[in-house]
Amino acid sequence: MAHIQLKNISKTFGNHTALTGLDLDIADGEFFVLLGETGAGKTTTLRLIAGLEKPSEGQVFIDGVDVADWGAAERDVALVLQQYSLYPRYTVRENLEFPLKPKIRRLPDAEIKDRVDRAARTLRIEHLLDRKTDRLSGGEMQRVSIGRAIVRKPRVFLMDEPLSALDAKLREALRTELKNLQMQLGATFLFVTHDQIEAMSMGDKVGVLNHGRIVQTGTPYEIYNNPRDTYVASFVGSPPMNLIDGKLVNGRAVMAPLNFELPFSGGAKASAATDGRPLVFGVRPEDVYLESGAPVEARVHDVENHGVEKILTLRVGDATLRATVPARTDVAIEQAVRFAWNPDKVVLFDKGSGVSLRHAS
Amino acid sequence: MATTMITTLDRSSRAAARGLSDISIRNLFIIPTVLFLIVFNIFPLIYSLGYSFTDFRASTNAPANFVGLQNYRDLLNDPYVWSNFAITAKYVIISVAGQLFVGFGVAMLLNRDIPLKGLLTTLLLLPMMLSMAVVGLFWKLLYDPSFGIINYALGLGTFEWLSDPKMALYAVALTDIWMWSPFVMLLSLAGLSAVPKHLYEAAAIDRAGPFYTFFRITLPLVAPILMIAVIFRTMEAFKTFDLAYILTSQPTAELISIRLYKMAFQEWQTGRSCALAYIVLIMVLAITNIYVKYLNKVKER
Repeated sequence: MAHIQLKNISKTFGNHTALTGLDLDIADGEFFVLLGETGAGKTTTLRLIAGLEKPSEGQVFIDGVDVADWGAAERDVALVLQQYSLYPRYTVRENLEFPLKPKIRRLPDAEIKDRVDRAARTLRIEHLLDRKTDRLSGGEMQRVSIGRAIVRKPRVFLMDEPLSALDAKLREALRTELKNLQMQLGATFLFVTHDQIEAMSMGDKVGVLNHGRIVQTGTPYEIYNNPRDTYVASFVGSPPMNLIDGKLVNGRAVMAPLNFELPFSGGAKASAATDGRPLVFGVRPEDVYLESGAPVEARVHDVENHGVEKILTLRVGDATLRATVPARTDVAIEQAVRFAWNPDKVVLFDKGSGVSLRHAS
Repeated sequence: MATTMITTLDRSSRAAARGLSDISIRNLFIIPTVLFLIVFNIFPLIYSLGYSFTDFRASTNAPANFVGLQNYRDLLNDPYVWSNFAITAKYVIISVAGQLFVGFGVAMLLNRDIPLKGLLTTLLLLPMMLSMAVVGLFWKLLYDPSFGIINYALGLGTFEWLSDPKMALYAVALTDIWMWSPFVMLLSLAGLSAVPKHLYEAAAIDRAGPFYTFFRITLPLVAPILMIAVIFRTMEAFKTFDLAYILTSQPTAELISIRLYKMAFQEWQTGRSCALAYIVLIMVLAITNIYVKYLNKVKER
């Protein structure tokens, strides 16, 4: 159980800058998800906390103590890597025992057995204990590597995309299991992923990382509904937020190149957006709806049927726009439809900087 | 099955124009080698098996008489031959253990990021590339009691490395270790660099100390390739002739192959020496087989 804090961390590898001025605060017992694209610096952040890399600048605090001079062993963290890193030639049991066996802090045999059995039970790998690790499937290997982390009762769990090499079904199952495990242990988790669905479904808090900088931290709800800038808006959510260029004229949204208008009710916050200032309007596909009397006409470009809903791609002029509609809606490709948006849910971004007007002030 | 493995010949190639089929080209490459092996290896091997049952002497014109297993019986009852075997065994153990220790140790030192690693590795490999006879000759100079640099450096006065009956075998083994440790080092380096880095990181996270990491991760993963090094070096050490023959003539350093040489070309007991050669061959085969069995077991784990 620990509280982790990164202060103004920068890390460079030769000419390549992996992280710049990173601040992060992970509360005790929190499930924190670090979300970002490949190469955003997620793994580097994990390795810095684990003590496998040293920051070029800045400090790492665990429970308020600066751990700059501590090696990986002293930091007492557990790291689950994407490539499992099971020790070859050993059985599952031997792998689970590995962290408990070093002479310096060797536990009594009964205690070791007890912990291994409990971890195996939690992860449902009891039947595999005597098997060699190279005879396991991917999901089983990943469970063993998670098991090796939990037998030790570390202060922090660090997980580097542990689920990304697994197939979809298993990923879903392990996602739930991991979340349950975290609640059961009450431990601090830092989970790294590029998959926004994982981030949204597991995290108490999500930090979005882009090019070595934290763009936004917040609850999944905040990240989803109130993205700080257009990067977060387009990265989180599937399908992503619709981003349309335009400006405000007399309380109505006027889409400049596309020539259509929609009502807008941004309220007080919109006052920052003076009339005529170039803006980007962001609206989630589920806040776009079809209605016969709606103000804008579009053509259906594509229909994706997802069972519970349909995702439509609408064409207005040269631009396309996604809309999530109930599955029973009957539409055909190239059919003319009329749509509107939910004016309360529209987010305004500055055209130049891409920052949301709600966050700017 | 086999024919599908052979790629078809390009129809426009010159070989095709001469009417050579895939199979005849394959034979063209293989047959000379096979012939060479038969003439120089297989034939003498079988021919000498025949001689080993006779009292043939190559130095006389007397016809060879068939004596059955007499040669083998005599040799296996000869305490001198047994003492040669004992010397050889001692030599093999010292020499191979020394090479393993030095070679693996140097490989561990080299298996990290150090400047000029490539150059250093190449330089360390040099002893292995010299000819045995050359190595023997200049170590003889190094060991020389009156002007050898070893005695000078160690301040040993006129210590007789190669004429001292107790020391001679160790001196030969030391030279062999110097020459062949690089071979073990090369194989160990290959093995060490094949250990995935993330395993070491996982071990560091699991709070394993350096010794624990070495014995639980490094050694088990490098063991199979070390076994291969041991097999090669044991076979070679068992057959050592030139190095020991050049360096010393002490009877305490008389390896089995030197005994064999003397029996065959100084005493001209051709038939009997053929029998001894067969005994040595069978021993090397047996030892190698034990190693290979063990290697397979290590690999399975």
